Amino acid sequence: MIEPNRKGEVWVFAEQEDGSLNEVALELCGKARELADRLGVEVGAVLPGAGVGHLGEHLIAHGADNVYLVDYEQLGHYQTGPYASVLCQLIERRRPQIVVFGATPLGRDLAPRVASQMRAGLTADCTDLEIADVTDPRTKTEHKNLLLQIRPAFGGNIIATIVNYDWWPQMATVREGVMAMQPADASRGGRILEEEVQLDGALAALKLIKRHVEPRTVNLKGARVIVAGGGGVGTKENFKLLYNLAGAIGGAVGASRAAVDSGLIGKEHQVGQTGTTVRPALYIAVGISGAIQHRAGMEESAKVVAINTDPDAPIFSVAHYGIVGDFRQVIPMMIKAIKERAKE
Amino acid sequence: MAYDSIVLVKQVPDTANVTADAMKEDGTVNRGALPAIFNPEDLHALEAALEVKERFGGTVTAITMGPPKAGEVLRACLFRGADRAILLTDRRAAGSDTLATSYILAQAVKTIGRYDFVFAGRQAIDGDTAQVGPQCAEKLGIPQITYLEEVVSLEGDRVRIRRTIGHGWEGVEARLPILATVIETANESRPPAARRVMRMKHARATVEIEGAVRNGMPDADDAARQAEVKKRAEALQQRGLLIEQWGLDAIGAAPARCGLSGSPTKVHRIQAIVLKKEGHTQVSATEEGVRDMVHELVVDRTLG
Ligand SMILES: Cc1cc2nc3c(=O)[nH]c(=O)nc-3n(C[C@H](O)[C@H](O)[C@H](O)COP(=O)(O)OP(=O)(O)OC[C@H]3O[C@@H](n4cnc5c(N)ncnc54)[C@H](O)[C@@H]3O)c2cc1C
Ligand SMILES: Cc1cc2nc3c(=O)[nH]c(=O)nc-3n(C[C@H](O)[C@H](O)[C@H](O)COP(=O)(O)OP(=O)(O)OC[C@H]3O[C@@H](n4cnc5c(N)ncnc54)[C@H](O)[C@@H]3O)c2cc1C
Repeated sequence: MIEPNRKGEVWVFAEQEDGSLNEVALELCGKARELADRLGVEVGAVLPGAGVGHLGEHLIAHGADNVYLVDYEQLGHYQTGPYASVLCQLIERRRPQIVVFGATPLGRDLAPRVASQMRAGLTADCTDLEIADVTDPRTKTEHKNLLLQIRPAFGGNIIATIVNYDWWPQMATVREGVMAMQPADASRGGRILEEEVQLDGALAALKLIKRHVEPRTVNLKGARVIVAGGGGVGTKENFKLLYNLAGAIGGAVGASRAAVDSGLIGKEHQVGQTGTTVRPALYIAVGISGAIQHRAGMEESAKVVAINTDPDAPIFSVAHYGIVGDFRQVIPMMIKAIKERAKE
Repeated sequence: MAYDSIVLVKQVPDTANVTADAMKEDGTVNRGALPAIFNPEDLHALEAALEVKERFGGTVTAITMGPPKAGEVLRACLFRGADRAILLTDRRAAGSDTLATSYILAQAVKTIGRYDFVFAGRQAIDGDTAQVGPQCAEKLGIPQITYLEEVVSLEGDRVRIRRTIGHGWEGVEARLPILATVIETANESRPPAARRVMRMKHARATVEIEGAVRNGMPDADDAARQAEVKKRAEALQQRGLLIEQWGLDAIGAAPARCGLSGSPTKVHRIQAIVLKKEGHTQVSATEEGVRDMVHELVVDRTLG
């Protein structure tokens, strides 16, 4: 735990793998910029790795003022022990007031280890962050400019706002894809500072034997339109209809967990709490009931079209356009309507 | 070589099936209206420990921290093959966030003393943080291996584990002891064994006996009740059915690091997610209806 340091920076952990940044690091730079401007402080990005200095400029273009580069051979592959030690050493040295991590598998492995070692609070899987004054209901003390950490919990059934009065830094992991990435501004100025750390060999407790990374074949996060199918699609053959619709409007194909679990489509297409969070311009939900865990991944979409045979399906509660009907009839009508417009 | 495992298990409200009846007027969840279940991933953590025991010999000890009712998940562990069960219960632990929870659990593990593995679920379905496992490992000063898929091999004090990393997997080797968090797809969790259920269904911790005696002897005075509790506890003890019960003092936990006083995170506000009934445009499932919708989407520049 560090004492509250109101001049402290807002920090982002810059997650990278094999020399490329995880998009969530850039999303967080934009959000950190907004918070730091509110607080009148600078944004720092902590960038551990081996030979990763070239990533600094991207972090700056997306909002960082200072990039703390920790470039060591031993940091080439992520491992909890050494990375946690790097974070703790830098936090103690520079005393940021806020530290955020992407809520990726890696971020959720690292952040709790750091928080435990620092004896600081950590809020999991936030979907929003704000700055506000908060009065402690017990002591009636007013705390100025705290970080409001907003997160779904209880299986997505509630939204909790969590604060940390004085066991700083205020730390949170943030769900991927929910903070809009700000456009890069190559003219932004910033500094890349090389930081020295002590890396005790014993920290690297694990030996990596083998690593298998699957190429990301679908880019759901980048898609402007997503046509997503659920358990109601029924067969792989029927999914082809969805691919045809996606093809006609230049979209990607997504899915609910029921469709993935029943083998209709690969896991990398899954949208929702345990899949990808998306916010396309248009989300077309086909044969998806709209369970809360699914909605958690798509309800930020600008427009939602739902096609379902059940007029009471919960998906209609988040839809802008609802079509009660069988998708096997509706989709061909949509493809036809879109093609007609293209000809006009 | 035999291996000793400790499994961290949590009783949780069944949040996957929250209905409107489970919501209170003020928008908070009425936990009482939801059935209490064994946290799903913890069943897989238990299974991982039982598999190690079956393959190599050793013991499995289950620990849960919670109110007296949490004794239920300990029985569920005994029914499936755990050798020992410990209920951590203490009013001063109420309101613990993950930092305080992991401190208390780590103190309990240290009190047990000898172990090769600590298995936890990846995430509990109520708090939903997935932080307790890694934080316990830090407090114990041992390596953590999150998202365990499979214990690939175990030789002497070296274990090889396959873990998922989201978009792939990695195989890692570590020296024991370690803490692993287990995911749903790691294994098939076994059902309770009928013979063990028969033998152990009466296993209770002292707080549970106290509750039963209070309900069963409403008019008796304190001394009579205490005598009855003592009698029942001794009878269970003799049959090996008294579940161990520890409070903060038994594990040497500093009260200031437990409960609300040991928790940096404070819940400032809770909102229920109510289905938005804003209404949507009904589109008829006809060529004309669909054509009008596509037209609107083009006009507002959503399409094209
Ligand atoms: C911890 C946890 C995490 C989860 N994470 C996710 C997640 O990330 N993503 C996710 O999607 N789910 C997730 N789930 C699962 C979720 O609870 C639901 O089970 C799942 O979303 C259901 O998928 P579905 O609506 O496609 O299937 P179903 O519930 O089977 O619904 C099928 C729908 O199709 C409709 N239908 C049937 N035939 C037709 C037809 N011919 N034309 C049109 N409509 C038709 C039906 O009316 C029905 O509404 C999670 C669950 C848990 C417990
Ligand atoms: C709405 C809400 C939001 C919350 N948000 C946060 C937050 O952001 N940050 C925070 O620090 N706390 C938070 N908490 C508090 C947190 O839920 C509790 O500290 C809880 O005791 C542990 O966290 P979890 O349920 O997330 O467990 P997880 O960390 O998800 O559990 C992982 C594993 O740890 C083991 N485990 C966890 N609890 C126990 C136990 N009691 N006994 C035995 N084994 C256990 C199990 O193996 C479990 O599978 C929140 C609580 C609520 C009600």
